[in-house]
Amino acid sequence: MNIIVCIKQVPETQDVRLDPQTFTIRREGVRSIINPFDLYALEEGLRVKDARGGTVTLISMGPPQAEEALREALGYGGDKAVLISDQAFAGADTWATALTLAKAIEKLGGADLVFTGKQAIDGDTAQVGPMLATILGFPYVAWARKLTFTAERTLEVERLLDHGYDAVAVELPAVISVVKEINEPRVPSFKAKLKAKKEAIPVWGLNDLGLPAEKVGLKGSFTQVVKVFPPPPRGESQIWEGPALELAARVWARLKELGRR
Amino acid sequence: MDYLLTEEQRLLRDLARQVTQERIKPVRAVLDEEERFPWDIIRDLAQADLCGTIIPEAYGGLGLGCLENVLVLEALAEGCVGVATTYAASFLGAYPLLLYGSEAQKQKYLPPLAKGEVLAAFALTEAQAGSDAGAIQATAVKDGDHYVLNGTKQWITNAGEAEIYVVIALTDKAKGARGASAFIVEKGDPGVSFGKAEKKMGIRASVTREVVLADVRIPQDRLLGREGLGFIITMRTLDHARPGAGALAVGLAQAALDEAALFAKERHQFGQPIIAFQAVQHMLADMATRLEAARALVYAVARYIDSGAKDFTKEAAMAKLFPTDMAMQVTVDAVQVMGGHGYMREYPVEKMMRDAKILQIYEGTNQIMRNIIGLALNKEYSRKK
Repeated sequence: MNIIVCIKQVPETQDVRLDPQTFTIRREGVRSIINPFDLYALEEGLRVKDARGGTVTLISMGPPQAEEALREALGYGGDKAVLISDQAFAGADTWATALTLAKAIEKLGGADLVFTGKQAIDGDTAQVGPMLATILGFPYVAWARKLTFTAERTLEVERLLDHGYDAVAVELPAVISVVKEINEPRVPSFKAKLKAKKEAIPVWGLNDLGLPAEKVGLKGSFTQVVKVFPPPPRGESQIWEGPALELAARVWARLKELGRR
Repeated sequence: MDYLLTEEQRLLRDLARQVTQERIKPVRAVLDEEERFPWDIIRDLAQADLCGTIIPEAYGGLGLGCLENVLVLEALAEGCVGVATTYAASFLGAYPLLLYGSEAQKQKYLPPLAKGEVLAAFALTEAQAGSDAGAIQATAVKDGDHYVLNGTKQWITNAGEAEIYVVIALTDKAKGARGASAFIVEKGDPGVSFGKAEKKMGIRASVTREVVLADVRIPQDRLLGREGLGFIITMRTLDHARPGAGALAVGLAQAALDEAALFAKERHQFGQPIIAFQAVQHMLADMATRLEAARALVYAVARYIDSGAKDFTKEAAMAKLFPTDMAMQVTVDAVQVMGGHGYMREYPVEKMMRDAKILQIYEGTNQIMRNIIGLALNKEYSRKK
């Protein structure tokens, strides 16, 4: 079983700042993380491998620093990783991204299962998964909350909907996007993290993928961002993190304090 | 502070911190409240490869040293000393095997421990034998190629949950402490049973019960080392484990300081955050200074042990004594800085204060630590005369 998990490096959302001129995300001093939904995709890929054998390959398209996200993801498991990165890919919209990823998957020798998170928390489009399936010619199943193999190459997938779920059968190869309800991701392991540190992660660019320059990056994009703006601020706010019980107590104490002023 | 840790050591510590952040902190209040044993977290630690840190690679562990062990313990104790005690107590049961086990014993018992499939426990204390370990009454009588064990071990951490117990029992009553021997007892051995779970002030995620041995007949190859080595095995085990108790204290105190300092920045009285008041600043300053001194001591002793030191009984006692007294004081002060809030169970510092107390008591009370250090000094200065 060839399992591919798509990983995206995203800025930690509460830190996002936009450049008012270029509308791009300012990355200086902003912590990058693995798109949280992708960790569930990775866990599901690892579980399928544990149960049915095969290899798990992680791919990511992004700037050179996205290699960190791949190394971090390898710390959870996974056999190898490939970074898709080239100046020519910059400014890619969801279609150009999907086309580039599809080429990379072909170069990897195809796949039986491709897992993605249900969406990335930066762009929130949820488009790359279905476009990738379209280009590869695979069926696409969104919002998977449970997978069950009913035959060697047939899966029953429960899809989480707004009110309940439905169940669909799908033949492999397929692209599947997962929701957080599907599993509880494992913690990383020391041995995998050590191995990930030393792992050679190949970087594939335009020439490696054999794509024409006009099909990728900004040139290959059907859409262009005309304007991006942060919503106007809504007064003073604070973000507290921690266990729910402790936070509830802090909120209560703070409200009482504000009431007394 | 930069303690010049290697990249691998930092990676290990950060991994343990991730487990603390993601798996321990969200549930610690519930584990404490419900006195629930943290099996889920033990599974996570196993998945992370952290159950085998000090176990050699040949037996499926990571083959790391004392410094790595204390880094992990410190990180876990930042989340919950109850959970961290459960984890540490398993190593307390593993040390006798590591230090004195035969090749066959190591091959049988260490791999499942390293994988985190099972836990271990160390059973020394009895009702009449606490600090005075020489007063134990449990017996092991040779019967053909077997030993028959009888006695009741009290306040045994991980009892009932662990599969492997290292039990200290007398093989020769006439010789007193020199007549004690160490045995490997399995949970499933006929005649092994456990008392009720004790109700404790703190570390309530960990379990403490009696181990009752009633005519427990075990093959003679369960003897560790040889007959009469029981107390030497105990002392060497505790020497190795004590910097770990110090590390738990450092992690706990760090967590308490973090809570108190963040609270002091948010809490306003008389029109300003209370951290602006010198009275509070001085408390925090003392807490932070003592904490850093304790951490430096624990790391230094751990490095000394890793350097291959032969006799480190005194240093190990110091690495337990100072940090655990420090943690008691720092957690009491953290509650004080937070005032009424700190006293409430909705905040984590009252639990930290309750958890801190045991660190001054277990693995040798701090009074016994002073005895050990004093005895060592007496010897050192006799030689210098």
